[in-house]
Amino acid sequence: MTNVKDYIRQDKLPHIWCPGCGDGTIAGAMIRAIDACGLTKDNTALITGIGCSARFNNIMDFHTFQTAHGRALSYATGFKMMKPEMDVLVATGDGDCAGIGGNHLIHTARRNIDLTVVMINNQIYGMTGGQYSPMTPYPSIASTAQYSTFEYPFDVCELVKAAGGTYVARSTTYHINLTQKLIENAIRHKGFSFVEVISQCPTNFGKRNKMGSPYDMLMKQKEMSVTVEQAKDMSPEELEGKIVIGELVNRTDRKPFDEVYQDMVRKALAKKGEKL
Amino acid sequence: MSNTTVRFMQGNEALVEGALVAGARFFAGYPITPASEITEGMSARLPLVGGVFLQMEDEIASMGAAIGASMAGAKCLTATSGPGFSLKQEGIGIASMMEIPVVIVDVMRGGPASGMSTLPSQMDVMQARWGCHGDHPIIVLSPATVTECYELAIKAFNLAELIRQPVIILSDAIVGHLRERIELPDPSTVKIINRKMTDKPPEEYAPFEAGEDDVPFFAERGTAYRYHMCSNVHTEKGFPADTNNAVAAKLITRLHRKLDNYADEITCYKFFGAEDYDVLITAYGCVTRAARDAAKALNAEGRKVGVLQLQSLWPFPKAVVAEYAAKARKVLMPEINLGQLIDQVRLATDRPVEGLNRCDGAEIRPEQIIEKVREM
Ligand SMILES: Cc1ncc(C[n+]2csc(CCOP(=O)(O)OP(=O)(O)O)c2C)c(N)n1
Ligand code: SF4
Repeated sequence: MTNVKDYIRQDKLPHIWCPGCGDGTIAGAMIRAIDACGLTKDNTALITGIGCSARFNNIMDFHTFQTAHGRALSYATGFKMMKPEMDVLVATGDGDCAGIGGNHLIHTARRNIDLTVVMINNQIYGMTGGQYSPMTPYPSIASTAQYSTFEYPFDVCELVKAAGGTYVARSTTYHINLTQKLIENAIRHKGFSFVEVISQCPTNFGKRNKMGSPYDMLMKQKEMSVTVEQAKDMSPEELEGKIVIGELVNRTDRKPFDEVYQDMVRKALAKKGEKL
Repeated sequence: MSNTTVRFMQGNEALVEGALVAGARFFAGYPITPASEITEGMSARLPLVGGVFLQMEDEIASMGAAIGASMAGAKCLTATSGPGFSLKQEGIGIASMMEIPVVIVDVMRGGPASGMSTLPSQMDVMQARWGCHGDHPIIVLSPATVTECYELAIKAFNLAELIRQPVIILSDAIVGHLRERIELPDPSTVKIINRKMTDKPPEEYAPFEAGEDDVPFFAERGTAYRYHMCSNVHTEKGFPADTNNAVAAKLITRLHRKLDNYADEITCYKFFGAEDYDVLITAYGCVTRAARDAAKALNAEGRKVGVLQLQSLWPFPKAVVAEYAAKARKVLMPEINLGQLIDQVRLATDRPVEGLNRCDGAEIRPEQIIEKVREM
């Protein structure tokens, strides 16, 4: 059994999250996954951008840095290339990752750099008080959509898949054991791995949309979820409004970025050798 | 025995040489004229010396990757021009606040906006100072020759590491693209500065606890030194304290004091012309070249003209300008913009300061300066 406390900076408690927020539950799953994979605290980096979810690394006892909103993947890319022996994880929000950082997400997935990204999708900009995000379901109420949202969200896992991400999975805070398992698989995967975790923000999303208590929000996640296996036999109409959970992509046909980079370096050195 | 190599090189190429000698082992960039030769040069050279070159999806990501690599301990370079320089501002602020060494080159072209992509300007000199938000310190160096591209690249890395601070090199389309003779010293004779490392044990280490020079100590990542850094106002341990007035005041004043402490190391300038000058021309970047030629011609006709070339632009070398201007009757500040750094010169002296400006994408020519000085 993982002792989660071993990975927490006790002097940084209490954390900033509201009661009933999904962030703490996911942080726990992430720690248990890290422990199960046998990563060491000294050799693990956790990089974040800005948001409630970006506060993961305040309390987690790894090599941590909180950078700029949306840019965690760029910082992580530079860091990982210079510290390829370290295990590098990124915790990010739906706004951070799929909104302001969307372009970085596409290209980091495309490069297939060996990072593990956990995107906490609470469907809202939590930290700034409940403005709608690119993941907010249509129609919803948000602090910047007081009558109704007027934009559709998109499937971020499909985006990562299309960009070339070699490990893509989805879970929810309700399915927390699955979440842990998928994060474990993602950490073990060589290449870009992405786990979207549907979470609840009772304060800034649930309340405005009359979704009840955090418990009710979790039950809603349960109700809406179908497994990848179940989804195979369902029509697009039947899948409308459903959360497909499980492993969506698991490819091993592409080398991780640092290996491809080293292949290029070998070519460069050989070419230089020819010239000499 | 030290060996000097004589080469015929472009400014952008010399900058690459300087960066590599200084120890740059990471580059992240995005193509843009007139800076692409730096990006291309690094792409060809870094893989051969155990370094990493990345072409990122944009300049924001380039800055992020460079800062991330520097957080891992590497010396990092990124290069761009006007439109890309605007996108790099976010990262410049982050690097100032998180005290991450990184060198940013802006090969200035005509602006605003897409402006004149192949033509020179000096229109980013105020942006280099204040382009990103907040009260941040910044160091800006500006070369006028191919040799200075090499020398100031080394100096930029040394200052970045010494002061744990982003350093901007403001080059321009003329200096970046012109070719001239350069004597490259034996790299083993070049003075290289690396960031200072902590000697405290991990339990006692605080990433933002500064030494007497107000500069904090670095600790290797991937070791028992597990520490946090954030871009909010933070404690010495690196954790957010963004509602604490005392912590904010202490941190932000220290960030600026670091540069004050190293003012002598940062400040650099050159003087050319008549020692007993009547008119002083203050110049930087490519305009220095025209100013020198103009002064030579004017001095040959019996006028007494001196040229003060500012190589460090920010922090503005006010004391140096004040001292030199005091000996002149009048000061002339030619710039390829509508008058940006001239305000700083005016603040430094009570001598009359006149501008000579253009914004049409053409260089300032010696004849223009000669004509202007004759009127002064
Ligand atoms: C460049 C920039 N724009 C805007 C902000 C303000 N901001 C801080 S957090 C945030 C939204 C965070 O939402 P999300 O990423 O979904 O994370 P959550 O707080 O919901 O976990 C915004 C817009 C910022 N810090 N930087
Ligand atoms: S605002 Fe929402 S996301 Fe942020 S801590 Fe509160 S419940 Fe969690």
